[in-house]
Amino acid sequence: MHPIPVTTTATATSEISSEQGEDCVEAGSSVISARNIDVFYGEKPALTNVNVEIPRHQVTAMIGPSGCGKSTFLRCLNRMNDLIENCRVKGNIFLDGEDIYAPEVDVVTLRMRVGMVFQKPNPFPKSVYDNVAYGPRIHGIASSRADLDEIVFNSLDRAGLLDEVRDRMHESATGLSGGQQQRLCIARAIAIAPEVILMDEPCSALDPIASARVEDLIDELRQKYSIVVVTHSMQQAARISQKTAFFHLGELVEEGDTERIFTTPKDSRTQAYITGRIG
Amino acid sequence: MEKRTDHIVKSYDDELDQIDHIIAEMGVLAARQLEDAIQALVKEDTALAQKVVLGDAAIDALENEVDALAVRVLALRQPMALDLRRVVAAMKIGGSLERIGDYARNIANRSQVVTALPGEYGGIRVIERMGGIVGEMIHGVLEAYRDANVERAEAIRLRDEAVDQLNNSLFRELLTYMMETPSNITLSMHLLFIAKNLERIGDHVTNVAEHVHVMVTGESLESERPKSDHSSQIISEKP
Repeated sequence: MHPIPVTTTATATSEISSEQGEDCVEAGSSVISARNIDVFYGEKPALTNVNVEIPRHQVTAMIGPSGCGKSTFLRCLNRMNDLIENCRVKGNIFLDGEDIYAPEVDVVTLRMRVGMVFQKPNPFPKSVYDNVAYGPRIHGIASSRADLDEIVFNSLDRAGLLDEVRDRMHESATGLSGGQQQRLCIARAIAIAPEVILMDEPCSALDPIASARVEDLIDELRQKYSIVVVTHSMQQAARISQKTAFFHLGELVEEGDTERIFTTPKDSRTQAYITGRIG
Repeated sequence: MEKRTDHIVKSYDDELDQIDHIIAEMGVLAARQLEDAIQALVKEDTALAQKVVLGDAAIDALENEVDALAVRVLALRQPMALDLRRVVAAMKIGGSLERIGDYARNIANRSQVVTALPGEYGGIRVIERMGGIVGEMIHGVLEAYRDANVERAEAIRLRDEAVDQLNNSLFRELLTYMMETPSNITLSMHLLFIAKNLERIGDHVTNVAEHVHVMVTGESLESERPKSDHSSQIISEKP
C-alpha cells in the first residue's frame, strides 16, 4: 500500500458514507480518539504523549504558538505524516473505533474519510467543475454523468460557492479570488463525503470578508461533518469551535469546552498564551 | 490571581494599568464625597455640602473616561480570560462608583435642607455611623480590587448587613418620631431618604465586591448575600 501523492485534499473512497454513520451515533460522541501519541522527526520529538478525543459533529480548534506541534498532530489524523521522511508516529489513533495505524488500513480509504483543507488555497489548474469532480471520478463514486453533476453542484452549494460560480463552471479555477478558491477546496473535500475534515489554518491567507465566509461555512458544515481546525487566531478559535486544545512545546497542555478555555483556563501556560503573554 | 502585567505588547499593559488608575481615582473621589456629605450634615456646613454637589461632575467625567478606554481595549486588543474579566469588571465597577457619587451628592443636597430646618434630632448620629461603615466599605473594596483579593472582597460584602440593620432601626425610630410630633415629618423624611441613600451605597459596594470576585475567579458568587433591609415591610402601629 502506497500513500497517494496528494497535493491537495487528501481524500479517497470508502464504502461507508457519512450519512449512514449519522443516524446511529450521537452528536458529541468521539469520532476520533488519539491515545498516547508521540511523534518524532528523526530523533527529535515533536509531540509527546498526546491524548485527545475529537467530538462528532463539532468543531475542534487546535491552538498554540508556532512549532508547538498542532499541525503535526493534525497530520497524524489522516496519516499525512507518512509522506514526510524520518517522521515516526507512536501510539494509537482510532477513527470510529478502528486503529488508523493498523497495518491493514488502506491509507487512500482513510484519507477519503478524513479529508483535508490547507492554509493556501490550492485548486488544480483545471476548471471549477473538474476540481470538484476530481475526487468522485478517481474514486468512482458517481455512477453517471447526472450523478456526478449532482455531487458537484451539491458540494459547491454546501461550500456556499454555487451562486458565485454557476456561470463559470468551465472556467479555470485559478481565476477565482482567494476566498473563492478556498471554498472551492472545501467543496472538493466534501465532494467525496468525508466524515472528518481537517483544516490547517484555512483562513490565514484570506482577507477578513473571505475569512468570515469560511468561518460561517465551517459552522454550517459541522451539522454533517466533524471538523478539526488548526488556527493562529485565538478569536477565530473562540468563535467557531466548541472544543479547544492548546499545544505548547510538543505537549497537549489543556483541552476542553472552548468557552471555558477562553474564559477560565486552568493551566497558567494556556492563560499566558491566550492573553498574549507568550508567543 | 495576581493582575499580571507582562503582555508581549507593552502598550496593552499601559492601557490596562490606566484603567486601574482611573477606577482607583474614582473610588477615592467617591469615598471623599461621601465623607464630606456626612460631615456637611453633621456639622451643618452648607459650604461643604455645596462643594460636594459641584464635585460630582468629576466622578462622572472619570466614568466616561474609563468606559471609553475599556471600549478601546475591547476593540483593539480583544482581551481574553483574566484580561477580559478585568476590563468588564472595570466598566461595571465604574458604573457603581458613579452611582455612589450620585447618592453622595443627593445626601449633600438634603443636608442643606436639614440644616435650614428648625429643631434637632439625635438620629443624625445613626446616619453618621452608617456613613462611617459605608465609607470603610468603599475603601476596603477598592483595596480588594487593587490587590485582586477575593477574601477581602467577601469580607466587605458581608459588612453590608450591618448597614441594612442600622437603616431598619432608624426607619422604625423615625416612624415613631413622626407619629408623635407631625411637625417633625419634613426633617424625618429627609433623614429617611439620606439613610436610604446610604443603604443603596452599601448595596453598590456589595456589587463591586461581587465584580471583584468574578474578575479574580471567573465564577459568579453562588450563595445569596444575607439581605437585611426590611424597611419595606415595616408598618406603623397606632400609638
